[in-house]
Amino acid sequence: MTDSPRIDTHCPYCALQCAMTIENGRVSPREFPTNRGGLCQKGWTSAELLTSPKRLTTPLVRRDGELRPASWDEALDLVADKLRELREVHGPDSVGVFGGGGLTNEKSYLLGKFARVALGTSQIDYNGRFCMSSAAAAGMKAFGLDRGMPFPVTDLDNAGAILLVGGNPAETMPPFVQHLRNAELIVIDPRRTATAELATLHLQPAPGTDLALALGLLHTAVADGYLDKQYLSDRTTGFDDAWRIAATWWPERVERVTGVPVADQRAAVRILAEAANAYILTGRGTEQHASGADTVSAWINLAMALGLPGTKGSGYGCLTGQGNGQGGREHGQKADQLPGYRKIDDPAAREHIQGIWGVDDLPGPGRSAYELLDALGQPDGPKALLVFGSNVIVSAPRSQHVADRLKALDLLVVADLVLSDTAAVADVVLPITQWAEESGTMTNLEGRVLLRQVAVAPPEGVRSDLDVMQGLATRLGQPAERFPTEPEVVFEELRRASEGGLADYSGVTYERLRQGEALHWPVVEESTPRNFLDRFAHADGMARFIPVEHRGPAELPDADYPLQATTGRVLQHYQSGAQTRLVRELNQAEPEAYVEVHPDTAVRAGLGNGQLAAVVSRRGRTLARVRCVPSMLIDVVFLPFHYAGDGRANLLTNPVLDPTSRMPEFKVCAVRLESV
Amino acid sequence: MRNVVIVGYGMAGARLADEIRRRDPKAERVAVTVLGDESHPAYNRVLLSSVVAGSLTPEAVRLHDPEWAARHHIDLRLGGSVSKIDRTRRVVHVDDDEVPYDSLVLATGARSWVPPTDGLLDGNGTLASGVVAFRSLDDCARIVDKASPGTPVAVLGGGLLGLEAARGLAGRGCLVTVVHPVGHLMERQLDPGAGRVLATTLRGLGIEFRLGVLATKYTPGEGLELNDGTHVPADLVVVSAGVRAETGLAEQAGIDVDRGVLVDDALRSSDPRVHAIGDCAQHVGTVSGLVQPAWEQAAVLADRLTGAAPAARYSGTTVVTRLKARDVDLAALGDVHVGVDSADDEVLCFQDPARGRYAKLVLRGDKVTGAIVIGAPDAAAAITQLFDRGLPAPTDRLALLLGRALPAENEASPADLPASAVVCRCNTVSKSQLVSAWRGGAKTVSAIAEVTRASTGCGGCKDAVCGIVDWLAASQPQSA
Repeated sequence: MTDSPRIDTHCPYCALQCAMTIENGRVSPREFPTNRGGLCQKGWTSAELLTSPKRLTTPLVRRDGELRPASWDEALDLVADKLRELREVHGPDSVGVFGGGGLTNEKSYLLGKFARVALGTSQIDYNGRFCMSSAAAAGMKAFGLDRGMPFPVTDLDNAGAILLVGGNPAETMPPFVQHLRNAELIVIDPRRTATAELATLHLQPAPGTDLALALGLLHTAVADGYLDKQYLSDRTTGFDDAWRIAATWWPERVERVTGVPVADQRAAVRILAEAANAYILTGRGTEQHASGADTVSAWINLAMALGLPGTKGSGYGCLTGQGNGQGGREHGQKADQLPGYRKIDDPAAREHIQGIWGVDDLPGPGRSAYELLDALGQPDGPKALLVFGSNVIVSAPRSQHVADRLKALDLLVVADLVLSDTAAVADVVLPITQWAEESGTMTNLEGRVLLRQVAVAPPEGVRSDLDVMQGLATRLGQPAERFPTEPEVVFEELRRASEGGLADYSGVTYERLRQGEALHWPVVEESTPRNFLDRFAHADGMARFIPVEHRGPAELPDADYPLQATTGRVLQHYQSGAQTRLVRELNQAEPEAYVEVHPDTAVRAGLGNGQLAAVVSRRGRTLARVRCVPSMLIDVVFLPFHYAGDGRANLLTNPVLDPTSRMPEFKVCAVRLESV
Repeated sequence: MRNVVIVGYGMAGARLADEIRRRDPKAERVAVTVLGDESHPAYNRVLLSSVVAGSLTPEAVRLHDPEWAARHHIDLRLGGSVSKIDRTRRVVHVDDDEVPYDSLVLATGARSWVPPTDGLLDGNGTLASGVVAFRSLDDCARIVDKASPGTPVAVLGGGLLGLEAARGLAGRGCLVTVVHPVGHLMERQLDPGAGRVLATTLRGLGIEFRLGVLATKYTPGEGLELNDGTHVPADLVVVSAGVRAETGLAEQAGIDVDRGVLVDDALRSSDPRVHAIGDCAQHVGTVSGLVQPAWEQAAVLADRLTGAAPAARYSGTTVVTRLKARDVDLAALGDVHVGVDSADDEVLCFQDPARGRYAKLVLRGDKVTGAIVIGAPDAAAAITQLFDRGLPAPTDRLALLLGRALPAENEASPADLPASAVVCRCNTVSKSQLVSAWRGGAKTVSAIAEVTRASTGCGGCKDAVCGIVDWLAASQPQSA
C-alpha cells in the first residue's frame, strides 16, 4: 500500500462521518462542516485495520467443529444448497437476514432486496433496531418524517441553548462537541459523563425516569409562562391531551421520581426558553428503553411547547449513532420497511417497489431484531441466519440467550472483515471488503449523503457484500443483473426505488457527490438542508403532540438485585469492539471491560478500585474491573458494551421491548455486585 | 359485569376511574359510574396553589376534558348530591334517583376546618364576607378575585397549604400575614430551628408572621383581632387551618368511622362491598390528606375491582413533604423530631439562617430515617432518593448534606497534574506524553499536535495544552 494516491474519504466509524484523506495507508483529518478538521483517536487509527494481520482473506467453513479455509465457490455453494433445502422443506421464512447500520446505502438497499426477492423471506431486520428505532418511531409520529437531525450540524453553532438528553458525544463523536461550544449546554444523564462536564447544567436522573422528567419540564414550561401559544395553534395539534398528563407531573413529584432537583428543572426550562435559538437533542440513553418511543415523544412535546421544531435556528434532533444509522434505516433492511422509507404494509409502496424489482409479490413485515434472534432455531423460527455488518453475540440484549439461539441454527453465515465474536461461532464466514476498499454512500447524522470512494485495493481473496449477495442470488436462481455488484449501479436503482418516498434520493447522483455538493435528503432536484420550515410531513402539515405517560424501568431493583446497571460507550471503541479491539493503540488505552461504581457501593461489595468484579443480573454474569467514580449515583453502575466473552455488558441487559419501536431496554436493569 | 359506583369526582375518584379503565379499557369487566357534586370536570387539587399564584389557569388544572367520560365508557353524573347509601338494597340515592352497585367506593374527600374565631361564619353557618376557605377551584376563583396588588390578606394556618397560598398571594403583590397558633411553622413536619429558617426566608419574600397566637375575632372590612391584643388588617382572610374527612354518608349508613372511614389493606370498610380511598379514608390510623396515598390506593383498588390483581394490597405510603412555593426549597421526610444527642440515631444538623439554609439528617444504620432540607435543592433531591429507595447514605455525609454548597476543588495547575493524567481525551494523550513531545522539540501547541494528536479531536483541551507548554517554557532555565 505504498504510493497510493491521496483520496478524500470519511471515517469508517460513527454517524458524524468525519472527513479525512487517506494517502499511503495513513489518514489525516480534512476540513468539513461536521468535523472541522478534527478526528478522534478512532479516526486517526482507522487505517490500521486495512493491513491488520487479523484481517480475514479467505472464506471459512466449519468442518469437524473447526472453521477451515475454503474457496469462495465451495463456501457459496454450500450456503446456497443449504438455503435452498431449508426453503423447500420449511418455506422461505426459515431463512433470516440480519443487517447493520454500518452498511452503505447500496448494501442496505440490496440486502433488503436480496432477502425479499432472492430468499423470499420476511425475516429481515438489523442492528439499527437496537439503535435508532425509538427516535425514529417518535419522529414519524410527531412530524410524519424521521431524519435524525432535520437541520445541518452547523446550525447548532448559533444556538443560544442546547438540551442534550442521554447523549455523550464527548465520548462517542468527539469532534461534534465543537458545535456545542457557543450554546448554554444542558446535559441530562444519570452519569457525570465527559459531556456533562462541559455543561452549564447537568441533570442526573435515576436510570429509566427520563419520561417523568420530560413531562415535568413540559409542566414547568407551562407553569413558568414559556408556552409558545402562537406556534401551538399555527403548527401543531393535540396539545391539550398531552398537557392533561403533563399537568399531573408537577416539579416536586418529578423530583421524587427522578431525583432531579426542582430548582434544576426550572433552570433547565428557563435556559432553553429564554435563548433566542434553542435545540433539544436526544441520544441512546433516553431512547434505549422499553418506553423509549414514548420518552422521545415527551422530549418532542417539550420542544414543540417551546416552539422549536421547524423553526429556523431551533429544533429537535436525535444524534444518530452508527456510521450509516440514518441511511441504513431508510432503504429496506428494516422488518417493516421498503426503500425510500416506505411502509411495507402500504399497498402503493409495495406496488412501486415490485415494479422497480420486477416481481409480482413481496413478503410482508417480519420480526423485529430481538424477536428475530429470539426465534432462531425455534419450531416456527428461522433455521438459517445470514449476518451482514453486525456482531449480535456482543451487541444484542441478553446475549447468552442470543448465543444459545445461534447455536440452535442449522446454518449461520457471517460476512465480516475480521473474525468477530459472532463470526467465530458461524458455520460459514465470508471475508469482505471494508470502507476504503470499496465505494458507497453513507447518510450522516444530518441526513447528508456522502460518497466514500475506493482508496486502496482490497487484499487478495476478499469480496464486497454486493458480490456476496449476487453470488448467492444467482445460485438461488436469480438473474445476475438483478443484483449488481457495482455500487454506482445499485445506487442508480436505489434512486428510482426511493423516488416519491419520504427519504427521496432520486436527485442524488455520484457525480453531484463527487463535485462536493451538500445533499441532504429529500433531494428531488434541490437539497433539503432543513426539513419542516414551511410544514411538517403529515397530510395537514401540522406536527402532532403525542400524549404519553411515564412507566418507569421494566425491572426495578430488589433485595437480590439492589443496583441498577446502565450501559454505554467509551471513546476508544466502536459498537461491539470487533474492529477497534484489534487496533493496538485503542486497545492499549481501554483494554478490558470495566464497571463504574460509587466508591461506597464498591466497599460494601467488598471491592476496591482495580479489582475484578462480577456484575450479576437475572440473565447473566459479567466480569469487569472496578472503577470507583464518586460522581456515580450510589445505586447505579455503568458498563461499556464493547467487550467480548465474559466481559459482555449485554449478558446482563433486559430484552423487554418497546411496544412501538421494538427497542430493547438496554439502558437499565437490576443487578448486584460480587467480588470474584 | 361488575357494577362499580364511585362517590366523589376529585383526585381520588377520578384516578380510580382512570386506573380501572387502564386495566379494562373497553368496559368488558367493570361498569363504572362516577358521582360528582361539583358541576365541572375533576381538577388537580395539588395545583390549586399554582392557580392562586397565577402560574396556571383554572382550565390547565383540569384532570379530564369534557369528553373523557364518553370516551372511556363511564357514566359520569355531575352536580348531583348523594343523600344516602342503602346497603341492604345496594343502592345509592342521588337526588331523586337510585344508583345500584355491586361495589361502592367512597372518595368523598375532605372539607376545610374553620377555626372557632368569632365572625368567620355568618348566621347561616357559611363563611362570612371576605373569608374564603382554600380547598376547591371555586375557592381559588374567589381568592384571586380579591387578591389585587396591595390588598391586605390574612392567612389562617401556617401549615403546608397555608404557606403555599401565602407565597402565591405575596407573588401577586398582596400584603400577606400568616397567623399560626403554634410557635413555629409547619410544626408537624419541621423542628423549631427549621421553622425559624423557613419564616426568615418567607419574610424575605414579603410575608409577615404572627406565631403562637390565635385569631379571636374577625370583622369584615377590618381584619382579625389576635389573642395577644394585636390586630391584623385584612380585606381577605384565607382559611387553611386543616381539613376533616368527609364521612357523613358512611356514618349515616352505619359504616365504621373514626377520623375517616376505616379501611383495611384491601381498602374495604366494615362493609366489604363498600370501599374508601383518598382523604376520606383512614388506613392504619392515618388519614393522609395527600395525593400520593390516594393515587396508590386507587391503583390497588383498581387491581382488585377489575380482577387484574385480586390479591393486591395497600400497605401505606411513605410521605415526603415538599413545599410548592417559588423561591423556597423545602423538603421534609420521615421522623425529624430527634435531637442531635439521640443515642440511637446519627443526627447531623447544619444551620445557615442568614442564607436561608437548614439541613437536618437523621440516620439509623446508614439509612435515612428523617430529614429536613431548606435552601439546598440538590441535597433535598438526593436525600429523598436515598429515603424512598432505602439506600445507604454515602460515607461523605457532609457532601450529601451540603450538595453544591461545597466549595469546588481548585483547578489543578499544570505542575500539580499527575503525569498519567489524560489531557486530550479524544486522543488519549497524557501529560507525560505532552512533556516528552515538548522535550523532544515540539515547543508549540501545533507542533505538539503534530506529534501527539493532542487537541485534534474536539479541540477542547487546547487551553490545557497551551497551559502545559507555557509551564514547561517557564520552568526551563533561560538560555542566553
